[in-house]
Amino acid sequence: MTARIGVVTFPGTLDDQDALRAARLASAEPVSLWHRDKDLKQVDAVVLAGGFSYGDYLRAGAISRFSPVMETIIEQAKAGMPVLGICNGFQILTEAHLLPGAMLRNNHLHFICRDQKLRVENAETAWTSDYVKGQEIEVPLKNMDGRYVADERVLDELEAEGRVAFRYLDTNPNGSLRDIAGITNAAGNVVGLMPHPEHAVEPLIGTGKTDGLGFFTSILKKLVNA
Amino acid sequence: MARVVVDVMLKPEILDPQGQAVQRALPRLGFAGIADVRQGKRFELEVEGPVDEAALARIHEMAETFLANTVIEDFIVKVES
Repeated sequence: MTARIGVVTFPGTLDDQDALRAARLASAEPVSLWHRDKDLKQVDAVVLAGGFSYGDYLRAGAISRFSPVMETIIEQAKAGMPVLGICNGFQILTEAHLLPGAMLRNNHLHFICRDQKLRVENAETAWTSDYVKGQEIEVPLKNMDGRYVADERVLDELEAEGRVAFRYLDTNPNGSLRDIAGITNAAGNVVGLMPHPEHAVEPLIGTGKTDGLGFFTSILKKLVNA
Repeated sequence: MARVVVDVMLKPEILDPQGQAVQRALPRLGFAGIADVRQGKRFELEVEGPVDEAALARIHEMAETFLANTVIEDFIVKVES
């Protein structure tokens, strides 16, 4: 018995194939979803992959957030379906108000592409249970609009409730407030982060590590044991 | 046709590195005396039909839900004569 993990392709999505591959490597059944279909094909969880959906026009994620597939995803996420937003997917989740805060242009105005150390701050979400709290992982980071911002009240709330899921280590690559690399909603089913776990799932490519695979094995265990 | 303009600006407390980059370039280009620059967006909407209260309410809703992200941005709706 396995679980079906859907990955959405928007016009301009880049990392959908890697996300599908990561799901398969974790022994899940990968399912391609299309931005214009409201139908989620009975998937058990959804990944919003990285890229530049709609060319980042207006704001990153601002147009994708109103696509037909997102109508169903927003509704299902509120009902508890696990959703992981990576990079552009994280931007879409904040634009859709499934996660608080917003993403802005990196403070130094340069595109970043490098391997990035992170600390797992919350290992109890649907997507992080195969890690341990405090674990350090290294996965690729590549973005233009990666600066996480929210007002002080929201930041304090996230900290108090343990909803900062990942923090940048060693260096803050983009000016994100409180070194935040990723967050979770209160229920722990919706997680978003800027770095790319789906690019670190095989020893042959990327960092040479498989530190990102835990996202996909976490969700699989949760779904199969459910 | 009437034109309605929506100006969108980052909230004052949000860092605007693009505006800062513009401001820093000014002295080099010979434009002295500019202490700060904030960069924003301007949307010009050509409205079909009358710009009455109902139309403005819809545009306000459009700005609030789509043109601006009110987590980080403020907006102003202006009717141009």
